[in-house]
Amino acid sequence: MRRATAWRLAIIATGVGLLEGLCRAGFITHLTMPPPSEILRDLLHILAAGSMNGAIAKTLSNVAIAVVSSIVTGIALGVAIHPWRGLRNSLEPLFATWYAVPVYAFYPLFIILFGLGDTPQVLIGFMLAMIAVLVSTLSGLDRVPPVLRRTARVNRMGPVATALRITLPCAAPYLFTGVKLALSYAFIGVVGAEFILSRDGLGYEINFAFNNFDNAVMYPLILLILLIATGLNATLQHWERRLLARRSRG
Amino acid sequence: MTGARWHGLALIATLLLTWQMLYWFAGAQALTPPLATARFLVHLLGTAAFWGHLLETARAFGWAVVIAVGAGLLIGLPLGLHRLGGEIAEPMLVALYSIPKITLYPIVLLAFGIGLPAKIAFGAMHGFIPVALFAMAGVRQVSPTLLRTARVLRLSTASTIRTIVLPAAIPEIATGLRIGFSLTLIGTLLGEMFGSQRGLGYLLMTAIGLQNVPVIMAVTLLLVLFAAGMSVLLLRLNRLTGARNHPK
Repeated sequence: MRRATAWRLAIIATGVGLLEGLCRAGFITHLTMPPPSEILRDLLHILAAGSMNGAIAKTLSNVAIAVVSSIVTGIALGVAIHPWRGLRNSLEPLFATWYAVPVYAFYPLFIILFGLGDTPQVLIGFMLAMIAVLVSTLSGLDRVPPVLRRTARVNRMGPVATALRITLPCAAPYLFTGVKLALSYAFIGVVGAEFILSRDGLGYEINFAFNNFDNAVMYPLILLILLIATGLNATLQHWERRLLARRSRG
Repeated sequence: MTGARWHGLALIATLLLTWQMLYWFAGAQALTPPLATARFLVHLLGTAAFWGHLLETARAFGWAVVIAVGAGLLIGLPLGLHRLGGEIAEPMLVALYSIPKITLYPIVLLAFGIGLPAKIAFGAMHGFIPVALFAMAGVRQVSPTLLRTARVLRLSTASTIRTIVLPAAIPEIATGLRIGFSLTLIGTLLGEMFGSQRGLGYLLMTAIGLQNVPVIMAVTLLLVLFAAGMSVLLLRLNRLTGARNHPK
């Protein structure tokens, strides 16, 4: 594992170094892309000046609302649907084709319905994230061994105790996958919607800077979004690995 | 089979009913009802201008799919065969998957300029990652017994890949193709929404600007029908390849 990490860092460093060299040597003109070191410097400037704090807070809070609401709704719907075999079979094709449908196509509709506030963006993030949680919840509940359910019944455990001590631990890895996907999808949905049409947020600021050829703002903000997205992803992957490691030891 | 068909019909009926009720609830300035939308879509399909946009999108999407699948397989298959390579690349691909790629759009536009190549690049960028990830996973889970058999039979690397690795990994590859296919469509449309003067994405974007609800609804319906139809077809293909490899 450690060797792979070292390789990965080396590859990323080489890539960034190469980009830096190409920019400095003029193969990539300054108008197309400033060198990575300059992008990082500009990003630090922007963060220190605080000019983008409003946009950052807006995007992150919208993502947070989308993630939390989709996790709560997804798990609640999953638990509610799971016992109903027929209903599940009817909904199966909907889940399977959900991600084939370009969700952004609904965005104009949401703007007309809810106005140009935060609601349409959050809703796009929610639509992408919720189904992932719902599907993972269903497959997690499927993996609870019937023996354990029966054991719970033999021991006369109440529904709450069964849920906390049998169902949740068994379904946890799947639920975690759902949460991980929800975070990525909510981020993609919210930033994408901001980018398409909105009045604030990081996606909006990037699009605004792009339309004004303002590379000194655009590239640092793109870098910031990449750092946030990959940082969140790496953190969750790390947790997941720890969770699985503890499980296989226990 | 008949059970599944009945479930599908019930689902479609429920969705249509929800749509109609949403129309009664939200009114005509927000959305058009199912029947009127379908009628308007048929009307649009009768105009030459609409076909121009449709063909433009189809062309961009076709190229993007070819590139996404080709690049995905070229990246995923070798990484599946090479243990360390896969270990190095997998988290990077997963990270790339979780990035809101729409923010990279300005860079794509600056590199390719406005027009067809930018759309193709943007579509392919979205699609190749799941193809690569699933191909990698598919190759990795090929049973070691099969690979040892290949070694015993002294098969060359090329014929091992052709006769053992590829057939064994096909169900996973099919899943990757299905997901890659839909993401490529989303990417291509997003590309058209910003950097283009033609195509369905452009049509959608101008309709948003003009608050032209009938056009928004009709184009959305067309896209949903196409995406869902392709997904159902590919899902069936998926099940078929899975069933062939695991005969009951």
